[in-house]
Amino acid sequence: MISLRNVDKWYGQFHTLKKCSVDVSRGEVLVICGPSGSGKSTLVKCVNGLESFQAGEIIVDGVSVGALGTDMPKLRARIGMVFQSFELYPHMSVLDNICLAQEKVLNRSRGDAEERARGLLERVGLAEHEKKLPSQLSGGQQQRVAIARALAMDPIAMLFDEPTSALDPEMINEVLEVMVQLAQDGMTMMVVTHEMGFARKVADRVIFMDQGEIVEDADKDAFFTAPSSDRAKTFLSRILAHI
Amino acid sequence: MMSDLQLILQSLPFLLEGLGLSLLLTLLVAVGGILMALVLALLRLSGNRALSTLAATYVNFFRSMPLILVIFWFFFLVPLVIGRPVGSFYSALIAFTLFEAAHYTEIIRAGILSVSRGQGWAAAATGLTYGQSLRYVILPQAFRNMTPLLLTQGIILFQDTSLVFVVSLSDFLTSVTIVARNEGRLVSMYIFAAVVYFAICFVASRFVHQFEKKAVR
Repeated sequence: MISLRNVDKWYGQFHTLKKCSVDVSRGEVLVICGPSGSGKSTLVKCVNGLESFQAGEIIVDGVSVGALGTDMPKLRARIGMVFQSFELYPHMSVLDNICLAQEKVLNRSRGDAEERARGLLERVGLAEHEKKLPSQLSGGQQQRVAIARALAMDPIAMLFDEPTSALDPEMINEVLEVMVQLAQDGMTMMVVTHEMGFARKVADRVIFMDQGEIVEDADKDAFFTAPSSDRAKTFLSRILAHI
Repeated sequence: MMSDLQLILQSLPFLLEGLGLSLLLTLLVAVGGILMALVLALLRLSGNRALSTLAATYVNFFRSMPLILVIFWFFFLVPLVIGRPVGSFYSALIAFTLFEAAHYTEIIRAGILSVSRGQGWAAAATGLTYGQSLRYVILPQAFRNMTPLLLTQGIILFQDTSLVFVVSLSDFLTSVTIVARNEGRLVSMYIFAAVVYFAICFVASRFVHQFEKKAVR
C-alpha cells in the first residue's frame, strides 16, 4: 500500500535520506527506530508530502506523492498523522478539533461530524472531555484526541511520529494502548518510536535507520533476536539494557 | 471676556467635528491597512521569490518614508493618476492606508510566524488546503497573538492623523488651532488638545493592556 523507492533528500548540503526503499502492505505495522537525527521523522513526513524529497518515488495506494498531477490535500486526507507534540488546535474545543477537517475536507454535516467525533472520543476513553480546550487536558489525553482527529477522516493508513516521546512516563501507556488496539483492528501503520515493548507486541516489521540510511529491514522476531548489522546491534543493546 | 471653559463649550460642535474626522480616518485606515497588510504578509511568506521580494520592497520603501511626505505626494499624485481632483480626504485616506499597511505587514508577518510550524503540518495532514489551514488554524491564533501590537499601532495612527493639516483637512488638532488663533488663546487651547489626546490614548492603551493580560492566560 505504501511503497518508497530510492528516496533521496537533502537539506542544503546535508543528505538527510539516502536511497531509502521500504514497503508497507495493507494491514501491516512497520516500526521505524534509530538514533535521533537518523532521518526517521523526515521519512514519515515524506510519505504524506509534509516534507519534499529530491529523488526517488513514493507511492501511496497507487498515487505518486509530490508528483505534478497529484492532489496532495486529497491524498493527505486519506493518511492519518500523529505528531510528537500533539499539535491540537489550541483555540478550538476537543470536539471542534476533531470536526474541522471532517466538515471542510470530507464535507460532512456538522451533525455527522459530531457523531463520528463522539464515537471516536468514546473509543479513546475521553467521551466526557469534548467541550474542553486542549490546554485543559494532560499530554496523554491530548495525544489520544490527536489520534481521534486523525481517525475521524477514515484514513487508509496512519503515520505516527514519536507519539509518546513528549509524554510523562505514566501517560505513555494510555496512548500505546490506543495504538495497540488500532494495530489489532488491522490498521496499516508506520510508527517512529523508541518503545521497543510496543514494537515487540504489535509490529510486523522493524526498520532501523542511521545517518539517513535504512540499515536494517527485518521481521520483528529476526530484528530483536538476530539483527544483522552491527549498528542495529549496538543500538538495541543500548536501548534494551534497561528492560 | 469668556473663560477658557466657556470658549471650549462654545466651540464644541466645531471641535467635535474635527475629532470625528480624526476618529473616522483612524478607523478606515486601520481596517483598510490591516486587510492590505494581510495580503502583503502572505505574499512575503509565500514560497514565491518574486512575490515575496515585491512585498518586501513595498514594505521597506514605505517604512523608509516620512508619513508627511507620503501625504503630500498623494495629494498631488492621485489627481494626476486618475485625471480628476479627489479632494483632501480621499487622498489622505489613500496615503495613510498605503503607509500604515507597510507597518501592519511586519506585525502580521511576525504574528503568523509566531504560530508553530507543527500547527500548519497538523492542518495539512488532515487534508486542509493551504487556504483553509490559514483561515481556520493559523490566522485565528496569529491574530490573537498580534492584537495588542495592532491596537498599539492604531493608537499611533490616531496621533498621526494630526498630520492631515498639511492638505488642509480639519482634524481635531487643526480645529483646536483655528479656535486658538481666532480667540488668541493658544496656551489654554493646546493644553485642552493635550488633555483630549491623552485621555483617548490612555484609555485605549489600558484596553490593550487588559487584552494582553487575557491573551497571556
